[in-house]
Amino acid sequence: MNDLGRLDRAPVPDATVLVRGAHIVDPRTGIDGPGDLLVRDGEIAELGAPGSIPAPAGAEVVDAERLHAFPAFVDPHVHLRTPGREDEEDVETGTRAAAAGGYCAILAMPNTDPVVDSAAILRSLRDRARAEARIPTGFTASITVGMQGERLTEMAELADAGAVAFTDDGLPVRSAGIMRQALRYQQLAGRLLALHEEDPTLSAGGAMHEGAVSAVLGIAGIPSVSESTLVARDCELAGYEGGRIHVQHVSARRTVEVLERAKAAGVEVTAEASPHHLLLTDEAVRSLDTHFKMNPPLRSEDDRQAVIDGLRSGVLDCIATDHAPHSREEKEEPFELAPMGVTGLETAFAAVHTDLVLPGVLGLDLVVERLTAGCEPFGLPAPTIQKGAPANVCLVDLESQWMVGDSGYESRSANCAFGGRRLTGRVRMTIAAGAVAFRERSFAIEAVR
Amino acid sequence: MNRHLISIDDLSREDIERLLRRAESFAEVSGREIKKVPTLRGRTIVNLFYESSTRTSSSFELAAKRLSADTVSIKAQGSSVDKGESLKDTIQTLSAYDPAAIVIRSPYVGAADLVARWTAAAVVNAGDGKHEHPTQALLDLYTLRRRVGSLDGLRVWIVGDVLHSRVARSGIQAFARMGCRVTVCGPPTLIPRGIEALGCEVSHTLDGLHRADVVYALRMQHERMQGSFVPSLREYAARYQIDGRRLGPGQLLMHPGPVNRGVELSAEVIDSPQALIVEQVESGVVVRMAVLYELLTAQQPTGPRATAPDPSRQPA
Repeated sequence: MNDLGRLDRAPVPDATVLVRGAHIVDPRTGIDGPGDLLVRDGEIAELGAPGSIPAPAGAEVVDAERLHAFPAFVDPHVHLRTPGREDEEDVETGTRAAAAGGYCAILAMPNTDPVVDSAAILRSLRDRARAEARIPTGFTASITVGMQGERLTEMAELADAGAVAFTDDGLPVRSAGIMRQALRYQQLAGRLLALHEEDPTLSAGGAMHEGAVSAVLGIAGIPSVSESTLVARDCELAGYEGGRIHVQHVSARRTVEVLERAKAAGVEVTAEASPHHLLLTDEAVRSLDTHFKMNPPLRSEDDRQAVIDGLRSGVLDCIATDHAPHSREEKEEPFELAPMGVTGLETAFAAVHTDLVLPGVLGLDLVVERLTAGCEPFGLPAPTIQKGAPANVCLVDLESQWMVGDSGYESRSANCAFGGRRLTGRVRMTIAAGAVAFRERSFAIEAVR
Repeated sequence: MNRHLISIDDLSREDIERLLRRAESFAEVSGREIKKVPTLRGRTIVNLFYESSTRTSSSFELAAKRLSADTVSIKAQGSSVDKGESLKDTIQTLSAYDPAAIVIRSPYVGAADLVARWTAAAVVNAGDGKHEHPTQALLDLYTLRRRVGSLDGLRVWIVGDVLHSRVARSGIQAFARMGCRVTVCGPPTLIPRGIEALGCEVSHTLDGLHRADVVYALRMQHERMQGSFVPSLREYAARYQIDGRRLGPGQLLMHPGPVNRGVELSAEVIDSPQALIVEQVESGVVVRMAVLYELLTAQQPTGPRATAPDPSRQPA
């Protein structure tokens, strides 16, 4: 029994867990205070004042007085690298990393080898997830065959086979004509179109944000208009065709402004921001550390502020990690040669909490809301903490400090932009669709005592 | 001074002055019939060139030989690099020979910096992508100083394709560090946004060129025509070529070579006495000798007289 039932997960027994005295925060229901919650039979069976719920026989009792309980997070933008690059990540390790970050559901991108562009490949992935996934996992399929940008995939059949959305993530849909056809065909296939927005003629081989830092380093730059012009095009097309689009990993002020205008004009567009664009700028690239190379690139401080403001105002609907594992060898190449992308599932909450919530830039409730809001654009119900709701809960110690990477990663890859940073806020336990998906090791020891 | 020479930014003005003085002392050696000193006898210097190069690779090799070092020169073609070996594996392999220095040229920004993390050898950046070419900047300073004495307050115009030029990026910083006032000039498509951050002014026309003491022309590469950076070499030459009409009588002319005659420079100025182009090439050897000397003898515990490493300190 689980509301993310369209998604796939390995079979696990429902847990019976009594969480005692946690500070429960759910911006959707307005709860913000201490309480008990009982997870049983896949749902939040009871919710009450601290100490009010007796422990059922056989229940695991978690003394959570120093912990916060949030609705568990949802990440609509994850690269599981399966099939093709299982040396970097697979369904098991990727979903384990997600659970460790407090996530109860993720959506996987289709830019694998082969690309997820046929129902056969999609079905085999879903089978894999039903055997290996720790948390409910949704799969997206590509908009165009082989992500070549030339022919639409069999979107209707793919939707019937369970594609949660369509995206050529990693590449833009270059042709406005193909984009328009995808939007028209969306009326038949349904499902959201999630878009990686970048005009390849403007980003032309660039490896970082175009600005003073790229000028000094001599690295070809990707201008912010590379993103904003394509977002403007696709908002126009979506408005004209009455389609629904979701703009992935917004990085630039200009893009936020384009989105604000499009939303005001009634275009059905949603958008996401990644933790690295919320927290880092192109100044980090001065070190030529390839853990700061991703696409879209880290941009200027002004862009970063605009992304933060956009997230606060709601122009940007949700936080998505764009978790992109890469092997150590690949990231040890010179900056221009190294692949784009960084991992982020295990650090998303802690990084945003440390750099934006603790200094008072964003409220905790807003961050929790944006970390769970990745489902709604994709037609999935958001996790909430209320009696009878499916049990998707994460327990977080907001005071715990930890060094990222010090005890390794759950992910198979270590290319985390926050590696070596001291962060405040640690996920102790994640309950996804009624089952315990993650339990931090030291916490597990305490809980047993 | 740092253990490596990766960027001009690694050098203080005092470091640069010391290198230039050292180069002058080696200039005396170059005047001898036997142009060799025993300073680096028994030590190995690896020249690893992932890009074609005539001046830089030959002058590094010559510099090492004149210091009596053993040299190994590796070009990307025909080496294991051709077979897909990663930079890290190549460096670890070469480091097994215990070289004193690795000189590297790479088409990629930051390659020398990476190499420095993977080897115990001193690393000299002989050009990393469009980023830096610090020994070129040092030899430019050396050449210019020999001609004019003090560099303080000189007005230097760097003209041409700044966008793709590591010579410009190192040059701007080096000239500025020595007290020059630097202006970069070229078509807007070849001047990167934000280059002022290096400490220069920007001009898109040669209108103010007469105020320059030194005109430093950059090589205009034919392959830049493909990216629509300039509509034609003809139009580029019409606007930016340094010719006898534009080069004033008191101005000095420099160019890192190789020159495209008739594009960035006209034949008349190349061969004029105002041109320092030949001197720049000559300076390459002594300046690179000075760089290798300073990097490889600074760590010697026996002081300035140290020549070859003390055999008793070598691992058995």
